[in-house]
Amino acid sequence: MTPRTYRTLKIAAEIVVPIAILLAWQLWTVHADNPNFPRLSTILVEFRDMWLFSDFGTDVVPSLKRIALGFGIATVLGVGLGIPLGMSRWTRSLAMPHVEYWRAMPPPALLPISIVLLHSIGDVQKVSFIAFFCLFPILLNTMDGVRAIDPTLIDTARSFNVSRWERIRRLVFPAALPQISAGMRTSLSLAVIIMVVSEYFSSTSGVGFVLLNSKNTFQFTPMWAAILLIGLLGYLLNVLFMLAERRILAWHRGWRAATPQ
Amino acid sequence: MLEIDGLGKTYGTGEKATEAIRSISFIVAENEFVCVVGPSGCGKTTLLKCVAGLLPPSRGQAVLQGKPVTEPPEAMALVFQEYSRSLMPWASVRNNVLLPLRHKSLSGADRKRLVEESLEAVGLTRFIDHYPWQLSGGMQQRVAIARALAYQPSILLMDEPFASVDAQTRGDLEDLVLQVQEEYGVTILFVTHDIDEAVYMADRVVVLTHAPTTVLEILDIPIPFPRDQIATKELPEFAHLRAHVYRLIKRDEEHAPEPEQVGRGVDG
Repeated sequence: MTPRTYRTLKIAAEIVVPIAILLAWQLWTVHADNPNFPRLSTILVEFRDMWLFSDFGTDVVPSLKRIALGFGIATVLGVGLGIPLGMSRWTRSLAMPHVEYWRAMPPPALLPISIVLLHSIGDVQKVSFIAFFCLFPILLNTMDGVRAIDPTLIDTARSFNVSRWERIRRLVFPAALPQISAGMRTSLSLAVIIMVVSEYFSSTSGVGFVLLNSKNTFQFTPMWAAILLIGLLGYLLNVLFMLAERRILAWHRGWRAATPQ
Repeated sequence: MLEIDGLGKTYGTGEKATEAIRSISFIVAENEFVCVVGPSGCGKTTLLKCVAGLLPPSRGQAVLQGKPVTEPPEAMALVFQEYSRSLMPWASVRNNVLLPLRHKSLSGADRKRLVEESLEAVGLTRFIDHYPWQLSGGMQQRVAIARALAYQPSILLMDEPFASVDAQTRGDLEDLVLQVQEEYGVTILFVTHDIDEAVYMADRVVVLTHAPTTVLEILDIPIPFPRDQIATKELPEFAHLRAHVYRLIKRDEEHAPEPEQVGRGVDG
C-alpha cells in the first residue's frame, strides 16, 4: 500500500465509520419508538433549533468562556509552578505530597464545598473549579519535562554564563514544551468534563445546565441534542489544539524524525 | 594564560569515595594549542569541567589570567563532544550561535555581525536558518564551534569534540580548528583519547595516566605549522612522537588497576 492510499483510507475510515453509526442509530430509533431514544432526525432538528444559533449565545458561549478561562488559568499556574518545582529537588519534595493528595480527589467531591468557600454559584466558582482540576496534568507534565532536560544543554548554558532567567526562557521552557503540551491536551478534555459537572449544580446557564434541566423536565430530545453538542465541543477543541500544536512544535517532529531516540 | 595547579577531584566521601584525579599540573601559554591525551576513563572530562568552572575541584585550582576559576569565566568557551545534545533543537543555527551573546552588552548589529562572521569561519553561512537536526553530525559540531567563537573567548576548551564523527569529517574538522585558531588568535585546550589527533594538532601534548590521574609526561611537538593531514602524518618525526605517546599510555595501562576500581561513569 502506498502512503497515499493509506492516507486516503485513513481519512475515509474517520468519516465513514461515524456516519455508519449515525445511520444505524436512525434506522434503529425509527422502529424502536422509545421516548428515551428519540429518532436521530428529530434530535438533529432539535439540535439546529437550539444551538444554531438561538440558544448559542445564552448557553454555549458561557460554557465556552468558562472552559477558556479555567483552562487558561490552569495553564499559567501549571507552567509557572511546574518550572520551579521541576528545577529544584527541595521544593519538589515539599510540594509533591500535596500535589498527589489533591490530584487524587474526584471533582464531584469538591463541588459542594467550592460553592460554600467561594460564596458563588456563578462564573467565579465554575471557572476556579475547572482551573483547579485542569492544573494537575499540566503541572505534573511540566515538572517531568523540566526534569528531563539534557544536562549537557544546561552545562553549555552555564559555561557561557547565560543568566538563570535566560536559561529558563531559552532552554528550560522550550525543552519542556512538548510535554507541557501533552499535559495541556489532557487538561483540555478534562475541562469539558468539569464544565458539564459544575453546571449541573446551582447554575442558570450553560450546556450542562440545559442537559440536566431537560432531563428533569422529561424533555429527552433537547437532552440528546445537548449530549451531541458536548461531544462535538470536546472533539472540536481537541482538533483545534492539535492543529496549533503541529505548528508550534513543528521542530519537535522534525527533530524526533532526525534523531535516533 | 591558564595554569592548572595540583588540581584533583574525588567523588563522594568516606568508604564510597572515588579518586578520579589525583593531581594534575600544567601550564597553557597564550596562543598555544595544548592537547590532553589519556586512556579512556582517566577523568579527562572531569578535568575539563573543573577547569571550566562547572565542577568544583577537591584539591588545587585552575588559574585563568591570574584569577582562580570558581565559576565559568567570561574569557572561556566550551565545546562538548555531544554536539546533538549541546545544541537547541528548537532554535535555528542563527539562534543557537546567538545564545551566548544575548547577555553581552553589544548592539544588535554587533551581535548579528559576530554570528555571521563565526558561521562564515566554519563555512556554514548557507545554513544559518536551518535547524541543527537538519545538518550532518560534522556540520552540527561546526555550529557548536561557531557558537564558541562568537562568544569571543581568549581560551577555547574542547572535550573530545570529534569523537563521534566519521574519519573523513574528523580530518576536515581538525584542519578547520587549526585554521580558526590562526584566524581568531585563540588559545586552545583540547582533550582527546586519539593519540594521532593530539600529536597532529598540538604545540604540546599532556599525557595522562589512568585513574586516579596524574601527568605522565608533557612533550613538545616541534612540527612546523601549517600542518597537513597527509604530509604531516608522513613525517618521521610525527611517527616517532606518535609511537612515543602510544608506548607511554600502553605501559601505563599495564599497571592500571582492575576496571571496577576505576571511576566508572565519571568520564563521558
